[in-house]
Amino acid sequence: MSSNNSVMVFIQQDDAKVADVSIELLSKARDLADQLKTSVSGVLIGSGIKGEAEKLIQYGVDEVFIIEDTRLGDYTPMPYTKIMVEIIKKMKPQIVLYGATTTGRDVGPRVASNLKVGLTADCTSLEIGDYSSKEVDYSNILYQIRPAFGGNIVATIVSPEKKPQMATVREGVMKVGTPDSKYKGKITNFEVALSDSDFPSVVIKKIKEEKLVDLKGAQVIVSGGVGVGSKENFGLILKLAHTLGGEVGASRAAVDAGFVSKEHQVGQTGTTVRPKLYIACGISGSIQHRAGMDESARIIAINTDHEAPIFQISNYGIVGDLNDVIPKFIKAFKAKG
Amino acid sequence: MGLNLIVLVKQVPDTQNVGGDAMKEDGTVNRAVLPAIFNPEDLHALEAALKVKDANPGSKVHVITMGPPSAVQVLKDSLYRGADFVALISDRKFAGADTLATSYALKCAIEKIGNYDIVFCGRQAIDGDTAQVGPQTAEKLGINQITNVSKIEEIDIKKREIQARRSIEGGYEIIKASFPILLTVTDEGYFPRPPSVIRIMTYKNASAEMTEAGYDESYIDSSIDRISETAINLWDINAISAEVENCGLAGSPTKVKKIESVILKSEDIKMVENTEDSITGMVHELISDHTLG
Ligand SMILES: Cc1cc2nc3c(=O)[nH]c(=O)nc-3n(C[C@H](O)[C@H](O)[C@H](O)COP(=O)(O)OP(=O)(O)OC[C@H]3O[C@@H](n4cnc5c(N)ncnc54)[C@H](O)[C@@H]3O)c2cc1C
Ligand SMILES: Cc1cc2nc3c(=O)[nH]c(=O)nc-3n(C[C@H](O)[C@H](O)[C@H](O)COP(=O)(O)OP(=O)(O)OC[C@H]3O[C@@H](n4cnc5c(N)ncnc54)[C@H](O)[C@@H]3O)c2cc1C
Repeated sequence: MSSNNSVMVFIQQDDAKVADVSIELLSKARDLADQLKTSVSGVLIGSGIKGEAEKLIQYGVDEVFIIEDTRLGDYTPMPYTKIMVEIIKKMKPQIVLYGATTTGRDVGPRVASNLKVGLTADCTSLEIGDYSSKEVDYSNILYQIRPAFGGNIVATIVSPEKKPQMATVREGVMKVGTPDSKYKGKITNFEVALSDSDFPSVVIKKIKEEKLVDLKGAQVIVSGGVGVGSKENFGLILKLAHTLGGEVGASRAAVDAGFVSKEHQVGQTGTTVRPKLYIACGISGSIQHRAGMDESARIIAINTDHEAPIFQISNYGIVGDLNDVIPKFIKAFKAKG
Repeated sequence: MGLNLIVLVKQVPDTQNVGGDAMKEDGTVNRAVLPAIFNPEDLHALEAALKVKDANPGSKVHVITMGPPSAVQVLKDSLYRGADFVALISDRKFAGADTLATSYALKCAIEKIGNYDIVFCGRQAIDGDTAQVGPQTAEKLGINQITNVSKIEEIDIKKREIQARRSIEGGYEIIKASFPILLTVTDEGYFPRPPSVIRIMTYKNASAEMTEAGYDESYIDSSIDRISETAINLWDINAISAEVENCGLAGSPTKVKKIESVILKSEDIKMVENTEDSITGMVHELISDHTLG
């Protein structure tokens, strides 16, 4: 199948390794392409990346375009934009997806601006459907669903009039498909003439720091309190957080008891958080703890004591032993969809 | 020899302190109850520009916002903190703009000022939440960009070069580039100075005024300001020579099809039984209302 009218994915690489979000997007692209009866293409830009390109086919990719140049090893906006614009003009995909990473959110807007097409930011869901406006009916349009207004609303955005329809998509929300090692796709070298003037930015150095606790940026936080009982048992909190793609929080009493380090503390003397979902496990809900989390969009409390104050500010309350409730929660989430 | 600096700022509803009444019954945002504030990261962008000015005497900080007349408030605040020149671009024809149409209008306003070295934006506005306006404005100006800047490491005025620290997932990189450049600034490295009391006295009665079309480049080079600095310049679509088909709804390829509120009132507490079925039901509710992915 030709890549004309395909669902195209900008494949991000970091140090010549394909980013997880790109695999997630290729899997989603396959799903959308099946509904649209079209092909999936990918664009991989970098240096020494041919081997990585081969690994992508198994996710149902019909054609991977590679653009290799030693100067393209590190992402910089100008040459990457130029390449994406040229390939989109040539291949005319109907949809182009980018990861909503610092790279995707840097290049995607520039490409959209150059092509004068729409770009929906930071989507958490993509669907195909119909759309009517001003007595024009459009079929098979991409519904681009995204949170906005600080996470207080979810908007469905469409860009029906211009092709391609483009979106950046949040990491970790699209499921990775089952690889099929027999899938037949091809790898095509795509040539773009680049001169030194196409490289106005130089990456002087790149430093990866040890991952710190990011409570402020987390959409989901699972917190444990004294009710967790022990440091070992805190593993259960970590497991739920990991399953939901969230961060780990704690009450001060849990920190003082040595269950987890101080960076995880939520509350008046810890971090103030406003995630989309806060799950308080074995936390009584003292005023000092609540001061740091009561503005969360949704709160779930899990506590053996049905009179624990935490229930007063919760949207969902489960009275029960967290050792019993959390495994059920994990099981239910894993079985989703 | 100073630098010519332009800062783009936006007035936004305070979505970080949303109460229960922030959503109307029909699921739309009740802007009336949300206070309008200076977009937080734009204060950091302004501070970054003021720091560059402090270090390079003779520099000028121009602040531009696009919005309704009430957005004048963020321009006054910018004057209080040290801006030299402010302009509000406002016209009914700008209404309903997506990021493409917004960046087009901002590009036209920047070109009206002209001769710029660095354009500063916030990384992201807390209402639209797209982080797209900075890169798109840079593309429309035909200039390079560095996004997610936590700190400017070095500026070499003679070589017209900048080195900036760009935050990336799990770390940062140092980027070197030449002027003119557009930066989007995060809230990590700059701490906004407070408004100055003297400047408040000077500017508190400043009001938006239509400036004559004869605003030309002599302003930048001349030692005498032709435009009164106590005036807040008000530019409409003609003043910035913008083409109407690229502005507002007409220039916006994206359309909002539907908006759902994700706020639940706390009296909506649901007790969930400690059984597999009930917990699965709760998880499904959270997935279908986009709380969980
Ligand atoms: C000046 C000051 C500042 C403070 N700052 C903070 C702060 O920033 N953050 C903070 O968190 N605290 C802070 N505190 C401490 C605060 O007052 C509380 O002591 C603390 O929050 C209690 O933590 P907890 O809820 O984990 O423990 P507890 O109050 O002991 O509650 C434990 C809960 O676990 C439940 N439980 C027990 N076993 C189970 C089980 N198996 N399954 C489910 N539930 C179970 C119990 O019913 C109980 O509700 C501060 C205090 C002061 C004085
Ligand atoms: C619910 C909802 C969802 C939306 N989703 C999208 C979408 O996915 N794609 C899309 O194209 N549009 C979208 N829009 C429209 C978008 O919010 C507007 O175009 C808005 O004017 C600019 O986008 P932003 O608020 O995301 O700004 P951002 O791009 O996040 O702003 C970054 C920086 O650009 C500068 N800036 C932004 N706006 C202005 C301004 N008016 N004046 C001066 N400087 C400014 C500031 O420095 C700011 O910090 C959406 C709007 C709503 C209400």
